Amino acid sequence: MTASIADSGPPPPSNSTADIVVELDEVSREFPGNPPVRALDGASLAIQRGDYVAIIGPSGSGKSTLLHLLGLLDEPTHGVYRLDGIDTRDLTESDRAGLRSSRIGFVFQSFHLLGHRTTVENVMLAEVYRPGTRSTRRKRAEDALRQVGLGHRLDAYPTTLSGGERQRVAVARALVGEPSLLLADEPTGNLDSVTSAQILDLFDDLHHSGLTLAVITHDEDVSERAERKVRINDGTLTEVFR
Amino acid sequence: MIDLETAQPAPEPRLGSRNDIVRSHFSVRDLLSEATVALTARPARTLLTALGTILGVAALVATLGLAKTAGNQVVSRFNELEATRVLVEPQDRQQGRNNRQVSVIPFDAGDRLRRLNGVAAAGTKSEVGVDGLVRSVPVVDPLGQNEFQIPVLSVSPGIFDAVRATIETGRVFDDGHNERGDNVVVLGPGAARRLNITRVDNSPAIFIGDDSFAVIGILRDVEREPDMLNAIMVVDGYARERLSLFAPAEVHIEVEIGAADLIGTQAALALAPDSPDQLKVGLPSSPRGVRSGVQGDLNSLFLILGGVSLLVGAIGIANVTLVSVLERTGEIGLRRALGATRRHIAAQFLFESGALGALAGLIGTSVGILTVVAVSATKSWTPVLDSWLPFGAPILGAIIGLIAGTYPAWKASATEPISALRSGT
Repeated sequence: MTASIADSGPPPPSNSTADIVVELDEVSREFPGNPPVRALDGASLAIQRGDYVAIIGPSGSGKSTLLHLLGLLDEPTHGVYRLDGIDTRDLTESDRAGLRSSRIGFVFQSFHLLGHRTTVENVMLAEVYRPGTRSTRRKRAEDALRQVGLGHRLDAYPTTLSGGERQRVAVARALVGEPSLLLADEPTGNLDSVTSAQILDLFDDLHHSGLTLAVITHDEDVSERAERKVRINDGTLTEVFR
Repeated sequence: MIDLETAQPAPEPRLGSRNDIVRSHFSVRDLLSEATVALTARPARTLLTALGTILGVAALVATLGLAKTAGNQVVSRFNELEATRVLVEPQDRQQGRNNRQVSVIPFDAGDRLRRLNGVAAAGTKSEVGVDGLVRSVPVVDPLGQNEFQIPVLSVSPGIFDAVRATIETGRVFDDGHNERGDNVVVLGPGAARRLNITRVDNSPAIFIGDDSFAVIGILRDVEREPDMLNAIMVVDGYARERLSLFAPAEVHIEVEIGAADLIGTQAALALAPDSPDQLKVGLPSSPRGVRSGVQGDLNSLFLILGGVSLLVGAIGIANVTLVSVLERTGEIGLRRALGATRRHIAAQFLFESGALGALAGLIGTSVGILTVVAVSATKSWTPVLDSWLPFGAPILGAIIGLIAGTYPAWKASATEPISALRSGT
């Protein structure tokens, strides 16, 4: 019963502590070695529903480790990560994959579109691992593409698209199924300043419509657009107040 | 259903318990369509990858099909002639000039055997030694060769039917010739040519040594016992009296189809009731046996070739699938991010290679069957194929594909999404 509700409409505006999407509680991630590398050290972070958070830091600071933890592609060695209030410790791989599929939308620096598929087929790929979506998959993919302003390029192949268009396809793919969190990893890293601005405008629009965004970047321009800024340095998180 | 944190009705249904988690799922239809898209994205490459397996399966199918077809053909050609032939000889036949064979075969062997149910014809045949050469004219011509060394056979009248002889001209012996021991001969076509005799209506005569014989017939062909083609045949009755033939050397029996085994058990007893042990009854070594032996060797050679080619094909699939796993690292990472488990990734790659193998098996089977049909058409054979072959061969291809895909699929499932996503493809 509750399972189907997970796919229901956008969440109400946040006004309570119960509406925390991401909650990191003293999370650490160590990589085995001699000595062991502690890429994340006791990080705590809470992202409210509707927040727009930029996570900034130089390379080697632990950004990717944080990204993978937030994206449930990796597990913390210590601490607790709650996504939508769900304690992600001790989940099976299938559960974690299910959470990734239904609650997190990924946007990558290099787009990761499949070359032999049309725009709409690429977006449809987002729901391949979601049960019971097959019959209405194309319609939702088309809706998502319209939402990012690509309603006219549904059947185009990625090779015929500009960089900005490709990244918008990738955003549309992340938006299908209304995730709790849109997780972007250097989303403008492969784009020029004009198309970067377009993507950031799109992020603003999504933010205003209530979506929760976490953008990992080293680009100051990108982080300036965000509501909140969190700096990561040597595995420690600090909120940047303006 | 409700855990501790959400004991009260949850204000926000997205929050809370693990029961809210929708597990990721990769339906069979999605698996099928994903694999189809992957295989058809680069058709030329897919086909080349499958080529080794296609050739291997084609070679196997063609070999098995042609063996069956040719085997069927050989059997139908030789069966009738072979299955109706029985030969009776004295046991431990002793060859030698002074030690003449001791034979217990009676001169009326043909008559005795014809009484058996299942015998179509029977007759005796023996080589006889004659003194002197054979000539066709009484006068010695000093300028040309007119004396020949030609083998002489003593036969009973029944032999001609038993060896399926056809007559070119004239007639063959009858019982009267035999009983009287007439000086008559029947010539094989080769012997007639050497003696320059082409007709019998002018009553030609030949001389064997100093005895003269009337030629009463010339044979056209003999299906069994080709030694009769080049021989002069005298009748048993003559050889017995004048050439001191003690007993016939062998008995040839033409039996009804299917009666060979029965006659085999009865013939010795009918010919020598007191000492059947001294007779050896059996089919002479058949051309079919030789032929199928050769065929068997060829078959195993081609089967080994087919097997090697299948192995190479499997390595080809494994190799290309492995390369494609490396190429598709980014896609694998993306799929993991979109909710695929390791198992889903492995299943997809395994299914792709299995489908590729099945496809190769299907194409290979078709090529193999077409080969069998084409070869049969040029040789006017009836193509024969085991019915399991068209179904078994694609399954074999699929199994090869699955085996070949195991390692690449495992490799794909072990890909770290983290590094895969940063790889930038």
